[in-house]
Amino acid sequence: MSEMQDYASSLEDTNSRKFETFSYLPAMSPEQIRTQIEFIVSKGWNPSVEHTEPQNASGSYWYMWKLPMFGETDVDAILAECEACHQAHPDNHVRLLGLDNYAQCAGASMVIYRGTPT
Amino acid sequence: MAKKYDAGVKEYRETYWMPDYTPKDTDILACFKVTPQPGVPREEVAAAVAAESSTGTWTTVWTDLLTDLDHYKGRAYAIEDVPGDDTCFYAFVAYPIDLFEEGSVVNVMTSLVGNVFGFKALRALRLEDIRFPIAYVMTCNGPPQGIQVERDLLNKYGRPLLGCTIKPKLGLSAKNYGRACYEGLRGGLDFTKDDENVNSQPFMRWRHRFDFVMEAIHKAEAETGERKGHYLNVTAPTSDEMMKRAEYAKEIGAPIIMHDYITGGWSANTQLAQWCQDNGMLLHIHRAMHAVLDRNPHHGIHFRVLTKILRLSGGDHLHSGTVVGKLEGDRDATLGWIDIMRDSYVKEDRSRGIFFDQDWGSMPGVLPVASGGIHVWHMPALVSIFGDDSVLQFGGGTLGHPWGNAAGAAANRVAVEACVEARNQGRELEKEGKDILTTAASHSPELKAAMETWKEIKFEFDTVDKLDVSHK
Repeated sequence: MSEMQDYASSLEDTNSRKFETFSYLPAMSPEQIRTQIEFIVSKGWNPSVEHTEPQNASGSYWYMWKLPMFGETDVDAILAECEACHQAHPDNHVRLLGLDNYAQCAGASMVIYRGTPT
Repeated sequence: MAKKYDAGVKEYRETYWMPDYTPKDTDILACFKVTPQPGVPREEVAAAVAAESSTGTWTTVWTDLLTDLDHYKGRAYAIEDVPGDDTCFYAFVAYPIDLFEEGSVVNVMTSLVGNVFGFKALRALRLEDIRFPIAYVMTCNGPPQGIQVERDLLNKYGRPLLGCTIKPKLGLSAKNYGRACYEGLRGGLDFTKDDENVNSQPFMRWRHRFDFVMEAIHKAEAETGERKGHYLNVTAPTSDEMMKRAEYAKEIGAPIIMHDYITGGWSANTQLAQWCQDNGMLLHIHRAMHAVLDRNPHHGIHFRVLTKILRLSGGDHLHSGTVVGKLEGDRDATLGWIDIMRDSYVKEDRSRGIFFDQDWGSMPGVLPVASGGIHVWHMPALVSIFGDDSVLQFGGGTLGHPWGNAAGAAANRVAVEACVEARNQGRELEKEGKDILTTAASHSPELKAAMETWKEIKFEFDTVDKLDVSHK
């Protein structure tokens, strides 16, 4: 059995802040981002890109990057928008959503580029 | 043509057995599994069930003729063999919607599972399923918020929610209890939960518990940047007391409260659910006493019926069984009542024990809660069986972690996210589960320790209440 470890997390350490689904896993590789985009497309959801300063991540509304990509199924085109948002806001969290217009709810939401906590 | 009064005892089937009847879209339909006393014909027993659960009594009475009994009576309209069991049969009964008060599961169930269950001509009786017509569904308030609203309120998408019941279930002081909640929440849980036995005992009165738990939620939210909740159990000796506790939970900003809908009663539950809807609160529902009613294959009320009752009465979460944990639950039957909780239209499917089409219209769905004897090794199967719209709840499987609750919570959070990621990639969770967890554990010492702790524990007893199709 492994030696007991402390669970390091505190108010002081901004790295303790999480940002929901997949934030307990390591940051995504480009290949992992691509497969999640493929998943969103396969479900028929509308991809959407949003970003925010890490300290404001807990609110409901992040900044939308342009408009949701309604009906877009080209994985490369979606990936290009994700990258463009990241280039424009390199210190922000960038999240990818799959908007399910039948459920009127996001079917998926994940941070694909992690910002720099301040 | 008016009838003449003819006193005396008539056979039930003369009035209540109508094999040529075509059920109306507005009828409430019920399927009973009937075990008759020896020597009583099936049609007579089926008719007796229809009579005793609707307008009939054992003898003709003159007041029958003051009304139009043909409008109000229940009708036994079909009989079927039970696959693999010759001791009993299915009887299908149609009830006119006018027999029942609008929006009252209490009234419907008082008829359908009332006196008839003690009727001497029956050895045993089980209510297998009910079809509530959309006309009746529309009169019920239903879940206070529903699945999509809950996700928006809590900002959690694309994965099952993660919870933990605080243990030991009895005997902790309010401050120590709040500590156990805080540790779980800071480690990555979405919810902690009062055990159903926790109401307001001398060792921990409700108000202190509510206050300390809210402090735990606030600190964990500030620390993790994520939204958290704790199911504050407001189940109480009287519904006035229940409402008092619910009001206080709202006052201190709790997002979710909890009720035990069978022991607490359906009137109280419906009242609380309506209040929750009016006040923007989520409602978690526990089901203590259900196994008394639903476990015997020949007598009682099937859980799929209790599920429909809850969706109509109102609740946002309902315990569903786990399939894989320590508590009873056949896989196909469980999948059936999970559909009943969540879907807007459920088709008849005998392979899942569903006897009728059920249209829920726009009534919101209920999140199934998988809880009871599950740990991190069950995660791949749980994500596969329950999908995203569920709450996976690990009590001992969080608190029993060798490094404590925060590490236990983190282990489960890493595991659930790893399973969702893998599923999204098209991997088969139940086949590749070990590989997926092992890879995830390589960057999570908490998960690695959890996997070492629970490696050998399994719960492999046979199910007592199986679907009838799987008998013999």
